[in-house]
Amino acid sequence: MNKDKNPQTPKTSKPQNHTTEWPLWEVFIRSKNGLEHRHVGSLHAADADMAIENARDVYTRRQEGVSIWVVESRNITASNPENSGELFEPAKDKIYRHPTFYELPIELKHI
Amino acid sequence: MSPEIKLEDAFQARIDDEQKIEPKDWMPEKYRKTHIRQISQHAHSEIVGMLPEGNWITRAPSLKRKLGLLAKVQDEAGHGLYLYSAAETLGISRDELFDQLHTGKAKYSSIFNYPTLSWADIGAIGWLVDGAAIINQVMLTRTSYGPYARAMVRICKEESFHQRQGYEIMLTLCQGMPEQKAMAQDALNRFWWPSLMMFGPRDSDSPNTEQSVKWKIKRKTNDELRQQFVDITVPQAEYLGITIPDPDLKWNEDRGHYDFGEIDWEEFWQVVKGNGPCNKERLKARVDAWEEGAWVREAAVAYSTKIKNNEVKRTA
Repeated sequence: MNKDKNPQTPKTSKPQNHTTEWPLWEVFIRSKNGLEHRHVGSLHAADADMAIENARDVYTRRQEGVSIWVVESRNITASNPENSGELFEPAKDKIYRHPTFYELPIELKHI
Repeated sequence: MSPEIKLEDAFQARIDDEQKIEPKDWMPEKYRKTHIRQISQHAHSEIVGMLPEGNWITRAPSLKRKLGLLAKVQDEAGHGLYLYSAAETLGISRDELFDQLHTGKAKYSSIFNYPTLSWADIGAIGWLVDGAAIINQVMLTRTSYGPYARAMVRICKEESFHQRQGYEIMLTLCQGMPEQKAMAQDALNRFWWPSLMMFGPRDSDSPNTEQSVKWKIKRKTNDELRQQFVDITVPQAEYLGITIPDPDLKWNEDRGHYDFGEIDWEEFWQVVKGNGPCNKERLKARVDAWEEGAWVREAAVAYSTKIKNNEVKRTA
């Protein structure tokens, strides 16, 4: 298979003549206390402080958040979709991990 | 069957099953290229779209209007950034995307190559241009590529304010003095046809449409979206009491839609090819901003490197 026909692991290609492109950061926002941070998107910034400031302007213009996490995209390790079968399918037939697998009389309460 | 064909069949089956495609999933090269082209074109449109409106920020007629316009233009910068990020998930860098815009290799929406001559144009743009964009973008919230669809959801949430602020400007002008209403009519006259052109060539002249629909990049054709826009917009113009500049426009009872006149396709292609009223000016403003900002980008990197080095020294 031709290499460029297999974009399973897209890499950010950095052209040689651009040495100043700021690194890419992934942005996570907590919309309110009590909820988890959720991934909202990414942006470029020269450093972590700037990434937080930019995230404030790009992702919370309408009070979407009370807390921001940023992490440089290259520091994220992701699972490969090619391995999804071996990673996730074993859980499929383990129905005994769900409460409905266990049959109890209807008249029983609070269980 | 070759492994390539098998992969393509499996891919199409996922699309048909309404599954979203995510960045690391296998995808046909053409799907990836089409998305890079479409998402980046969309991103460039948001960025260049700031220019005609930015023209009126300093001359907005009231503080309220100025705040609204500033917020709208800031949103457009944000929308451009969401979309550039989505395009980058397909393996192209931000700098390459900018290069394509600045060298004219990539296109942006032709509507932004028309000038904003009066304050009423800001109203007309919000009402018509953002209105047309919303119709397209609402469809795209269901597009098959996950990052693009998510960016669209975010954008659509914000876009409705843009259209309402535009219509409110038109409404205020139309309820004002005859001169003000004439300004609103003039803006409608100039922006009506370019707004219809935003939906692209006729289906019969749009060779990519079929594949895009098959891959669920688009879920409606150019002509369907254009008709939807006309049907929605005509009553809004009637409410304003101004006239859409199309003598052929009339309700067709049988079709349940408005019939409308033929777009000047010669003008459409001229503007696409770079010969619109403001193509050169827009691109120059964009390139100047990029080049004149180079020292800021470099200084930020130098500063961040210095801070990092100092931290290393302190902990050494």
